[in-house]
Amino acid sequence: MSEVKSRPKWGRLAVVPEAAAHLVCAEGVGLDAVAEAFGDHDAAQAAATVLLAGPTTAAQAGLTGTRVLSHPSRATAFTAFHAHLDRAKMGTAIYLAGSESFLNAASAIAEAHGVVREALQGEHRGARTRRVQCVHCKGIMEAVAVSPIVCSHCGVHLMVRDHYSRRLGAFMGVVVDAEAPGVLPQALRL
Amino acid sequence: MRALQYTVRVSEAEAVTPRVRRLRLVAADGTALPPVSAGAHTVVSIDTGERVIRNAYSLTAPSLSGGAYEIAVLRTPESRGGSAFIHERLREGDSLTLSAPANFFPVNRRARHHVLVAGGIGITPIAAMAEEIFRLGASFELHYAVRSAHDGAFCRELAARFGGRLHLYCGERQERLQVQAVLPNQPLGTHLYVCGPERMIEAVLADARAAGWPNANLHAERFVAPAGGEPFSLFLRRSQRSVTVGADESVLEAIERIGVEAPHLCRGGACGECITAVSHADGTLDHRDHFLSAAERDAGEHVMICVSRLKGRELVLDL
Amino acid sequence: MFLDLERPTDAFFRTETFRDDYSFANSEAAIRRFPFPFDRDAYMYAVNIEQHMPGPAKSATEFPIDIDEHYVAEMIDREKVLAEDPLRCQSLPHMITAEWDLLELLMTAMARDYPAWFSLTCDGDRWHWINRPLGLDQRFTFGDTATLPFGPMEYITRQCQGDFCLLDQRQDNLWMDAGLVTTQADWSLDFDLGMNFIEWHGPVPLAHEMGVFERALKFLLNLQLGRPIRRLNWTMTVNPRLDTSPENYHRWGIDRTTVTPENVGDKVHLRVELQALWRLPRSNAIVFSIRCYLIKMREVVSVPKWARRLHRVLRDLPEELADYKGLTNYRATTVDWLSRHDDGAPTSPGFTPD
Repeated sequence: MSEVKSRPKWGRLAVVPEAAAHLVCAEGVGLDAVAEAFGDHDAAQAAATVLLAGPTTAAQAGLTGTRVLSHPSRATAFTAFHAHLDRAKMGTAIYLAGSESFLNAASAIAEAHGVVREALQGEHRGARTRRVQCVHCKGIMEAVAVSPIVCSHCGVHLMVRDHYSRRLGAFMGVVVDAEAPGVLPQALRL
Repeated sequence: MRALQYTVRVSEAEAVTPRVRRLRLVAADGTALPPVSAGAHTVVSIDTGERVIRNAYSLTAPSLSGGAYEIAVLRTPESRGGSAFIHERLREGDSLTLSAPANFFPVNRRARHHVLVAGGIGITPIAAMAEEIFRLGASFELHYAVRSAHDGAFCRELAARFGGRLHLYCGERQERLQVQAVLPNQPLGTHLYVCGPERMIEAVLADARAAGWPNANLHAERFVAPAGGEPFSLFLRRSQRSVTVGADESVLEAIERIGVEAPHLCRGGACGECITAVSHADGTLDHRDHFLSAAERDAGEHVMICVSRLKGRELVLDL
Repeated sequence: MFLDLERPTDAFFRTETFRDDYSFANSEAAIRRFPFPFDRDAYMYAVNIEQHMPGPAKSATEFPIDIDEHYVAEMIDREKVLAEDPLRCQSLPHMITAEWDLLELLMTAMARDYPAWFSLTCDGDRWHWINRPLGLDQRFTFGDTATLPFGPMEYITRQCQGDFCLLDQRQDNLWMDAGLVTTQADWSLDFDLGMNFIEWHGPVPLAHEMGVFERALKFLLNLQLGRPIRRLNWTMTVNPRLDTSPENYHRWGIDRTTVTPENVGDKVHLRVELQALWRLPRSNAIVFSIRCYLIKMREVVSVPKWARRLHRVLRDLPEELADYKGLTNYRATTVDWLSRHDDGAPTSPGFTPD
């Protein structure tokens, strides 16, 4: 797939040394990335809050100096993420780690709270599934692995376009067979 | 591209302090001047009789209905003659030429809270921003450092308008603006704006970065008045013209003096519009702009002719 | 409904549709003034920006805002689109000052250049707007949203041809943070809302590699008050449908398969966008207007120079661009049909008919 101009580029998490506080939102194996980044930084660990979606993993052993708050699902972790962002102060560094669809959704939340892009880090761990919005019915699909797919809301066959909205935290899904109904290209993994 | 020009008349001129003169400017043809956004500036052409000096001034206090503009001019000892002329010779009723306002120091309208910091005459764009944010009903605080109560051109007006949102620091009374004390408890999504002496700007920005503020949340009026220097020779390769850049004029002003058109906009080294290729420099380029990166300065291939100069004998430009 | 659809209006304005029976057509005069976008026999993506200065009398650029014979019909079509999908008009909260700037720009220009149709009287912030073709008479307080039936941007752009986007300027970029978009060539305001200049141009092929958007952005960041600019863009549309949105592509996409050698002349349309950008005074935002003009192939070939030129441009268009513009399904049929109107004679430079 060609480079998507609007698609966020995720890298490796690195502790921001001058940050007064660190707010982390991670899902599943994303916690490994957090442990690797914060492992050797005792001071940063002490100033960090980690919101974890899903059960804790072995990686938590590397984060003994940190408060890791475990939430039962992505949705509940995001409720907490909203609340922490609401009361966070300037000088707080924000970190995300998890699957691509998790990063899509979490970064849209941070953006809505006025976090500028340079203050937001993300590391991709786990599934390469993406969040996709059907442009026709506006329904969001949380974890799309292949294209084309059937829209789970309206049933239209969608191709995932190389176009990403940070506000929505989603790629655009557009009907694939509009000009040749029923003729579908072979599904490819994203 | 040249900015649109307005001919204006000085409708009021008032000494706000011994060193600051405030001018109210109305369109000479009686029409309303367009409204402006806070942080905008205009370039004023001052015809001293001997020559034309063009200085950029921030527009104070935006008026939603538009109509008139106000600028406040500090008398500077290192003046090239512009501020001295405005203080000594300009009278109510006199005409001036203005460029259409442009804004390189805009308010970030998505901010959750605004921290405004001004030192001395740097209050002019900052006061305009405070007024605009106040009218929008958004959250802000204003920190203003002055040398003496006497010097604070706008202290009384600001205090009356903004009450407890104004924090005044008077050097004479040993009050120091400690920006480190202001930074820690600002909500995520706050933007900080600073205008004042260069040293103050650098200190505020350094403190904010050290406190973990991202650059995107920090804004400074990076405006520099074209200051003078030693004269040098200038040759324009394409138009095959030579001119000597005088001690108290800019390269751009020297070029305009001999009638050659060069693209420009802000005249303050901020916008990048006047970037010009250097064909040859017999001497060292004296970069004074805020546009070129350190690497571009070192490369020496381009120069911003509105503020930068040459220390040396001759500069050859691709103009 | 905002507009009274049964109301009789000035005979200058055509009664026509951009959907269902597609009765849209151009008069002889409208063909003459069509903003034909090719000044040579080939096309490549370019910034092609010029000052938005008044053009020749009766041309599409005679006035900064062009109101033509399709005005009333287009406004009725816009109202239908908005009734079905309110997401076509959106504005993030920080754009309200820019909305008022836009209302002032459009009302001032329309009343000044078309005094027979529009009038604006201002007494301080008490404004009185009359739109005769649409039968509207509105007194309101400038700056007070509660005195208008819609937000200021929506109010005035329901009465002005062309799509309008408001771009906030911050962090050395432009952000598409508001707009009313119902006559778009396959892009979605709802999806692109909040994107910056480089992001919303993401899907355009070839141009990124040429650095076109970086240069255009740098230029636009310095766009000056009172110095608007414009450029032309183009694509093709099957049937005179103004609302070719991605939202409804699953409904109109099939139209692209209905072109036959017999119906090319009436079914295939050249779609030209006159894009203009102004700096706005109070907000320091930029308004980006995208005015869509449609012309049938049969109408194009009534101008011999345009017939020859469009044939050559379409025939030689790089495959990637043809794909991006959605022409693949009917390009060959259209080029064939146009070739019958191209005798191979040389064409003169410039846009205008000989």
